[in-house]
Amino acid sequence: MFQVRVHGRGGQGVVTTAELLSVAAFGSGRHAQAFPSFGSERTGAPVVAYCRIDTRPIRLREPVLEPDALIVQDSTLIHRVDVFGGLAPRGWVLLNTRLGWEQLAIDGVDRDRVILLPASQLATVHLGRPLPGAALLGGFAAVSDELVTLDSVLAAIKGRFRGGVAQGNAAAAAAAYALVRDARKESVHA
Amino acid sequence: MPATRVKFYQTGSFAVGNRLLAPDQRAVQADATRTNAITSGHRACQGCGEALGARYVLDAAARATGGQLVVVNATGCLEVFSTPYPESSWRVAWLHSLFGNAPAVAAGVAAALRVRRRADIRVVGQGGDGGTVDIGFGCLSGMFERNDDVLFVCYDNQGYMNTGVQRSGATPPAARTATTQAVGPEPGNAFGQGKNAPLIAMAHEIPYVATATVADLRDLEAKVFRAMELRGARYLHVFVPCPLGWGSAAADTIRLARLAVQSGLFPVFEAEHGEVVAVSPIRQRVGVEEYLRPQRRYAHLFDPVERTDVIARIQAGADRNIARFGLLDGGSP
Amino acid sequence: MLRQLEGSQAVAETVARCRPGVVCAYPISPQTHIVEELSAVVKSGALGGCEFINVESEFAAMSVAIGASAAGVRAYTATASQGLLFMVEALYNAAGLGLPIVMTVANRAIGAPINIWNDHSDTMSQRDSGWVQLYAESNQDAVDLHVQAFRLAEELSTPVMVCMDGFVLTHAYEQVDVPTQEAVDAYLPAYRPRQMLDPDEPVTIGAMVGPEAFTEVRYLAHQTQLAVPARLSSLAGEYAAASGRPASRTVCPYRTQDAETVVVALGSVLGTLKDTVDGLRADGERIGVLGITLFRPFPLDAVRTALRQARRVVVLERAFAVGVGGVVTADLAPALRADQRSYTVVAGLGGRPVTRASLRDVLGSAVADTLDPLTFLDLRPELIAPALEGA
Repeated sequence: MFQVRVHGRGGQGVVTTAELLSVAAFGSGRHAQAFPSFGSERTGAPVVAYCRIDTRPIRLREPVLEPDALIVQDSTLIHRVDVFGGLAPRGWVLLNTRLGWEQLAIDGVDRDRVILLPASQLATVHLGRPLPGAALLGGFAAVSDELVTLDSVLAAIKGRFRGGVAQGNAAAAAAAYALVRDARKESVHA
Repeated sequence: MPATRVKFYQTGSFAVGNRLLAPDQRAVQADATRTNAITSGHRACQGCGEALGARYVLDAAARATGGQLVVVNATGCLEVFSTPYPESSWRVAWLHSLFGNAPAVAAGVAAALRVRRRADIRVVGQGGDGGTVDIGFGCLSGMFERNDDVLFVCYDNQGYMNTGVQRSGATPPAARTATTQAVGPEPGNAFGQGKNAPLIAMAHEIPYVATATVADLRDLEAKVFRAMELRGARYLHVFVPCPLGWGSAAADTIRLARLAVQSGLFPVFEAEHGEVVAVSPIRQRVGVEEYLRPQRRYAHLFDPVERTDVIARIQAGADRNIARFGLLDGGSP
Repeated sequence: MLRQLEGSQAVAETVARCRPGVVCAYPISPQTHIVEELSAVVKSGALGGCEFINVESEFAAMSVAIGASAAGVRAYTATASQGLLFMVEALYNAAGLGLPIVMTVANRAIGAPINIWNDHSDTMSQRDSGWVQLYAESNQDAVDLHVQAFRLAEELSTPVMVCMDGFVLTHAYEQVDVPTQEAVDAYLPAYRPRQMLDPDEPVTIGAMVGPEAFTEVRYLAHQTQLAVPARLSSLAGEYAAASGRPASRTVCPYRTQDAETVVVALGSVLGTLKDTVDGLRADGERIGVLGITLFRPFPLDAVRTALRQARRVVVLERAFAVGVGGVVTADLAPALRADQRSYTVVAGLGGRPVTRASLRDVLGSAVADTLDPLTFLDLRPELIAPALEGA
């Protein structure tokens, strides 16, 4: 089983990200489960959502306590909320930020396990609004396409949104996918 | 419906249709083939204004709808005295659910009939003042706001009679009830601002609101006919004296209703979409005292000492109604 | 066809395919997505022959359903927690009048203190109301139970509530197979009321019944409830044949055949429990799970049979009776022999997550018989100590 935890703030589409990840995983032929951790639904308040992916039916319903991957939609949470709590030894982090590694001043997680992705920026360019979820899903597919392919991410996006919003999100996801994939190729070759 | 052998008890009024009138001008109650929606054998008190009012209203509604009628009844005297299992005095399709939900239940029935493509079957919800202006108020307002296709009828005897004459939101000032006793410096119900259900119904801008009493049978029937010409939420508020609760003579029920109207205490009018469209003028005005004296619930205003101050305040209320509704000019306010 | 969708949406689609005539609802978390979806389905015209009524309270919601059902139309509503309590008078009224209303309850705690998260306090507080109560373990379960609920309700003339854990199931995305319209139509015929409000054949519904007959009316209601398990089994068998999925059962044993210890639970916690028990089995413990789907009427015989060979029973409660202890524990007690031990573990009140780690811990103590008869899982001493010190 692969467990993902998504962090962000209310209004950033954190729950949608987890849901679409589960839809994409289902579209890639897996069992998937997504659900929010429910705090008050206030715009700007920290929000957490979960997604489990497995080749077998998923019965477990507890929150994701030991994530294999983290998606952090808002980097301002890093020093305010225990975003990295329980991260598995080989777990990785997909972090929405324009900042560089030194500026982020992240403690307790190795550099090589954190993928920095300017998802809000990509969203602004392709969607016209800084909603980073779709881009982050594209990035996710680039990191672990054995779980979720880009095509399944795009299908999930198009199943949820319509018209210009669907196209914009899909473009952001594809751009993020390319960005992360290329960066990983570079780091492999480096 | 087959012809039913109904017994005519009323005399001395126009209740049993004047044989000098053309048949189509006679009251529904005068017709031997009327539905007799609530038939004899029920357990109402002698002189019960509500039983009288319900019979007039429902027989008129049945006439207006060709018998295609469903009735939803709130808990209260009317429901209790008419359905002592295994007997029922209802000859129409009839449902009693709870005290406070009759308007909502009626809305549900109306919706179901539309879904069954039987919108020709009309729905009447009914209850006492307690079930309408107090505990049922939320549901009533909801029904009005949605404009559900229901005629809701409130039989107002100004108190919770079935449970032993307790005060309701409709109990008038100074009246004695079991929970507003005639003791202390201000005996009887307090002088508040009241809860004018017909005006509240008008504030919802529903298609039709009317008040009526059991003193003017044909007016009551006419208002039911008018209501049944219309669709959407309609409200009829019927003044029904309660001999037991009011401490009045059983034979005085109709007379007291007439006095309530002639004193100005109970304005009789019709309104559509929030505007008064017709008013029944007072033909022979009387002072409130003539209305109050025959009722033991007001006995403390006359005995041991006449409380002219209280009576004056009640009179002021009547005067206000007369001015507000133009009850003496015969025109609109 | 399998799809990945939200539990609420799956239920809404399923209910729509059951062709309700009147849907009436008042919003309350966490039921809102269900009624929002149904309102959209009706408003768009996709569900013909149905009226969606926005009511002013939950009391009105159940009342509208009562009126609609009595007038001969299939009626549905949904609620949770405080909303269920607000309609309690109408709940008993619907059951007493034998109206086959189906209602989804998105299980949520009851205040005070106000709490919007999942436990079973709401529906369990109404276990005497005369409503049949079915608890879903998963969203697929919820879908299947709703279809069967309408059949059961209409065949026995009794209302049925389908309970699904609020947020945990209602707001969870997982794969579900919502039966097609054709499949539902084949299984669920048009509603034929036992009696209804009809001017051509007028009846009086809701008479006043005095001491001379009230007991008999209640006795007959009891007999109707006693007929539920057998009827449900046969309806479930029919549904299984149509859907290709295993039949819903009043109780669902999991690895209980040789189990010394059996953990009893209802609802979504069964998933986490089964994972935990698999882990304990791998460690050599002879432990199993008994899921209860039909809670009212309580399937005492089936429970007794399922627990027959267990030495100890741990009841994992998602609600509890203040001042008394477990709710399910009390219902289950007559099924146990004197030589069988029982432990009550109250877990997940007000939405506190129930984790494998905590379950492992408490079940380890149970198996070693070092557990107290009544335990609150993951109780936080630092929160209670100050209050108890002052007492």
